[in-house]
Amino acid sequence: MNYAGIDIGSRTIEVVVVNSSGDIICSLQADTGFDPIAESLKLFDSIENSGIKYQRIMATGYGRTLFEVAYTNLDPHPLSAPKDLTLADKCSTVTEIKAHARGVAAYFPNAATILDIGGQDSKAIALNNNGKVKKFEMNDRCAAGTGKFLEIMARTLGFSIDDFGKEALLAQNDLTINSMCTVFAESEVTSLIAKGADRREIAKGLHISVMKRAAGMINRVRSDQSDSIVFTGGVAKNGCMVTLISEKLGCSVLVPDNPQMIGAFGAALISSEMG
Amino acid sequence: MSDYTQMWKDLGLNLEAHDMLLNVLGNAYKDIYLSQKDRPEGMGYFDFVMSEVHGLRIKELLDEKAQGRKIIGSYCVFVPEEIALAANATLVGLCSGADFAVEEVEKYLPRNTCALIKSSFGFKLGKVCPYLESADMVVGENTCDGKKKAYESLGSLVDNLYVMDLPQMKSDGGKALLKNEYYRFKSAVEKLTGVAITAESLKNAIKTVNAKRAAIHRLSELRSAKPAPISGLDALLANQVFFYDNPARFTESVNKICDELEKRIQDKKGVMAEKTPRILLSGCPMAVPNWKLPWIIETSGAVIVGEESCVGERGTRNLVDESGDTIETMMDSIVDRYFKVDCAIFTPNQDRLNHVAQMAEKYRADGVIHYSLQFCQPYIMESIPVEKALEGKDIPTLRVETDYGMEDAGQLKTRVQAFIEQLG
Repeated sequence: MNYAGIDIGSRTIEVVVVNSSGDIICSLQADTGFDPIAESLKLFDSIENSGIKYQRIMATGYGRTLFEVAYTNLDPHPLSAPKDLTLADKCSTVTEIKAHARGVAAYFPNAATILDIGGQDSKAIALNNNGKVKKFEMNDRCAAGTGKFLEIMARTLGFSIDDFGKEALLAQNDLTINSMCTVFAESEVTSLIAKGADRREIAKGLHISVMKRAAGMINRVRSDQSDSIVFTGGVAKNGCMVTLISEKLGCSVLVPDNPQMIGAFGAALISSEMG
Repeated sequence: MSDYTQMWKDLGLNLEAHDMLLNVLGNAYKDIYLSQKDRPEGMGYFDFVMSEVHGLRIKELLDEKAQGRKIIGSYCVFVPEEIALAANATLVGLCSGADFAVEEVEKYLPRNTCALIKSSFGFKLGKVCPYLESADMVVGENTCDGKKKAYESLGSLVDNLYVMDLPQMKSDGGKALLKNEYYRFKSAVEKLTGVAITAESLKNAIKTVNAKRAAIHRLSELRSAKPAPISGLDALLANQVFFYDNPARFTESVNKICDELEKRIQDKKGVMAEKTPRILLSGCPMAVPNWKLPWIIETSGAVIVGEESCVGERGTRNLVDESGDTIETMMDSIVDRYFKVDCAIFTPNQDRLNHVAQMAEKYRADGVIHYSLQFCQPYIMESIPVEKALEGKDIPTLRVETDYGMEDAGQLKTRVQAFIEQLG
């Protein structure tokens, strides 16, 4: 039997299907766009069209409840068998925090601390020895220190999001950006550009400001300062962030193969373990 | 419901804005309160009180005024109701639980002022609080710096503002200050009503307010049962109405609910399943209609079993000793009782840390959610030691900082759900 997990984030949606041993048999990604439910259903359509069946869906991410309601009310319902399950049994929800903890535990069974930086939020999670969530911290209501912040800043500086980290690593000097607010930081960057500052150095300064915030969150949750950190979410693909965090905290930073899939993967695993 | 338009007009309310407020309040109440399952029947009384909170209750107060009683409005649990009652006055809590007339408020207060202080100004500037407009005396008190300085501005908007000073340390000097202030308040109330407090009237007042607190204590004790016999939202409402209602009628209504809850507990019936994670809420007061966080918690699969708050156990803990026979001994007993209130304006405030941990144990909470209003420095400051103290006892704790706006509801819900998952 297979189980699906979907992570509906502010920027991207991921779907992962696992078999009963917890192995990934399929994973897909799409941009969230303006209609996350339609995008999500499209992903499930393409999975079904490829002939992969699954028994249940576990939804996570900020769109989880919206998806659960929409999916449960689909008519005709795509998951018609087995008949002993009610619609409500077929789709349930879990928070991103628990989903990431579960997904990370599968990759790194000894992980004690997770940093997840996604499109619109960032969180630090401390795990117990058994992989369960012990404590977590999340950013407040604004996008400061998240993927969205880096994305907007990359655009302001004329870098592609994929090159942003690489270019920042090439900076000769560190430069300080004081504003954490996306709006204020953008004007700070604009004035630095006007002053003729090197754009790689500005890029590095922006990465440092995000790193400091992330390091603060990690330090508030983790008890053993020597533990390595597992870094997930889209921002974990940014090499400059990984390097800076590792340097700042003096520990190794582990990044799973596809850090953006961890939430959906964890959700799928939780679904498979529901019995 | 009767038509109170003329009454509101006579009080000088802005009818259009007031209608809007009642409409929002009514809808919120329907969505948050009336949608709950298995509520105790006795909550019907509180549903009625809420539906008439700006209607019948105001009419009652105006009728009392017509018979010569005075109405005193207050923003804080440090204002002793006993003294007001003993001098033939009625004490009511003033509105401060919703954003109103925000743009007007920001002409008087900086943006980064806590929502509670802003709200008290909003209700005045928007002319939508009939309690405030009915009051013969409005009591401000020097608790936090925000309130202390805000009363300087409120004085220009309210012509009957009385400011009470409060100590910041639990020292002999601090207690002497409180005693002095309570005597000064006594004289001011006597002057307002023209009624001299007697030993008899003070004793009766002490008994009346003690009975009200005792009823709430009884309700709180019952919430330690598993499964929880009443939702946290409903219990919070009782604690909120504590500040508005006629004391004797309130006491009777709460006791009636307690009778019902005792039966429920006997029958092992709960408002939610026995395994439901139990949360203790700790932190800033929640004035009507600030139900946001409790609503998020209880619609995320947990039940609130206690409020460590001024609108809750911090406000109602301890009775006044009833054994005194002279005004002096009774005034001392009143001072003794109020001086124990462990508001975060005090330093040091170890009592509060102890109380939070004791409450978590007594009400069998699986975790504590510490709630601070954004920009409320005293409680935000204390949230870190509270968290450390609780984690030292292996009690999971979540610190939340928010205001009255709904824009962070999604994020809050994720945090609260993750915390509840963590407990499960």
